[in-house]
Amino acid sequence: MSALALVAHQFRYDQKAFWRNPAAVFFTVMFPVVVFLILAVVFDGSTVKVDGGVEATTYYVPAIMSLAIISATMQTLAMTLVITREDGRLKRGRGTPMPAWVFIAGRIGNSIVVALLMMALLGLIGGVLYSVSFPWGQLPELLLTLAIGAAAFSCLGIALTAAIPSQDAAAAIVNALLLPLYFLSGIFIPEDELPGGVIDFANHFPVRPFFEAFFAVYVPGAGNGIAWHELGIVAIWGIAGLLLAIRFFRWAPREG
Amino acid sequence: MRKSYGDAEAVRGIDLEVMPGEVFAFLGPNGAGKTTTVEILEGYRKRSGGEVSVLGEDPERAGREWRERIGIVLQSGRLDPYLTVRESLDLYAGYFRSPRPTDEVIALVGLEAEAEQRARRLSGGQQRRLDVGMALVGDPELLFLDEPTTGFDPSARRQAWDVIAGLRDLGKTVFLTTHYMDEAQRLADRVTIIAAGEIVARGTPEDLGDRESQATTIRYRSEGREVELETRTPVETLHELTGAALAKGEEIEALEVTRPSLEDVYLQLTASSDAEAAEVAE
Repeated sequence: MSALALVAHQFRYDQKAFWRNPAAVFFTVMFPVVVFLILAVVFDGSTVKVDGGVEATTYYVPAIMSLAIISATMQTLAMTLVITREDGRLKRGRGTPMPAWVFIAGRIGNSIVVALLMMALLGLIGGVLYSVSFPWGQLPELLLTLAIGAAAFSCLGIALTAAIPSQDAAAAIVNALLLPLYFLSGIFIPEDELPGGVIDFANHFPVRPFFEAFFAVYVPGAGNGIAWHELGIVAIWGIAGLLLAIRFFRWAPREG
Repeated sequence: MRKSYGDAEAVRGIDLEVMPGEVFAFLGPNGAGKTTTVEILEGYRKRSGGEVSVLGEDPERAGREWRERIGIVLQSGRLDPYLTVRESLDLYAGYFRSPRPTDEVIALVGLEAEAEQRARRLSGGQQRRLDVGMALVGDPELLFLDEPTTGFDPSARRQAWDVIAGLRDLGKTVFLTTHYMDEAQRLADRVTIIAAGEIVARGTPEDLGDRESQATTIRYRSEGREVELETRTPVETLHELTGAALAKGEEIEALEVTRPSLEDVYLQLTASSDAEAAEVAE
């Protein structure tokens, strides 16, 4: 089989395993939908003072999409790769003729498909329930932003596995990093409610710039297409993650 | 071949040779260096010294072509809990150039009834058989099995043994590590015993540890007391004993004649080597 066919083969089974795993489906698919609906119900009718004022429901569609994309990539990869590593499945796979990178590629493919699906699902819910229009006119820009974000957060997720010692620690470490960043980046609390210093601080980490870039292409009149500066920060984080992953990624479980 | 971790020598210079088509058991207590050795042969670890050739190649440098020809069952392997038996095998079949048909593999490991079950619903013994099946999918010439039945109940062990015994009939070469003497005895053509990183005995299960020349134990009860005799001439001793009993017209109560079991030999061999290792360490 060609390398691409091998990746497709691996991806097919990763997809099956993903959709049959209730925890993965809940945290990656259901959780963002539920969070969006709660925030939309609570803040419906209010306005967020950014870019001359947008409706709260309009604000939360790209906000929770950003969260869902990070969750599908960084969070899902960090958690499932640690589980497969500690199970010995990564090590076992390395004992076959399959090139090692194909496993990672299959998982990244899985993450990207789930991220796209979440964008469509949240876009649909926002559109149907709250008339938040989907930016069809900026679809290429939107997809490029998504691609850079998904790639960067995938690299960060793979790099993070090196810092996670066990299956039990995976969820705790990932959430301890991401949850505060979601709050500080204006994902849950609208940014006009946050003190200015908080956003300045969050700008140094990848979540906030990704959200800004995503917001800029999603909300009409918010920005003008691709937010290169913000995407640049996301990309730098992604490259750092890639280098760390190449240097520190482990295939074998911690010795028992 | 030797392997050190820092100052600690896990494998202290061993020599071994496995013949094509045989089931070779590498037997030893926990911590003896079995897994270290087998993982060097599988290409997972680098040796500290010596030469290794597996199917004509050095595992440290061997590539995809070599991996097409071997199958590996790790000591503590888990499977994807959400894939079925058939899916797990199909997934692995996709990794190999000319895999064995999935249905054949399912039959080989005796999981026909469970083929559509997800791995998480299988018993421990069934999961292990699936694990062996995944190593067989590539139709390897050489199969490594690292402690395939550790922690099994007797019936699961028996089933795993049947699967391994079937591999010999397929003409596969099997490198089996185990710490169960009876497993080696039951399955292997040849056994090599390792203890504290050194080989302490090798041979067929029958002549291992030179059991033939060891003392035979005769036990019986006489006037309510247990009597135990050790003899190197059991025929003579028994003749005297039974002759005396016959002359008196008595039965000998609870008469037992035993030669040391393989288990006894194994414990003797590994115990003495452990003691030596302890002395060296001091």
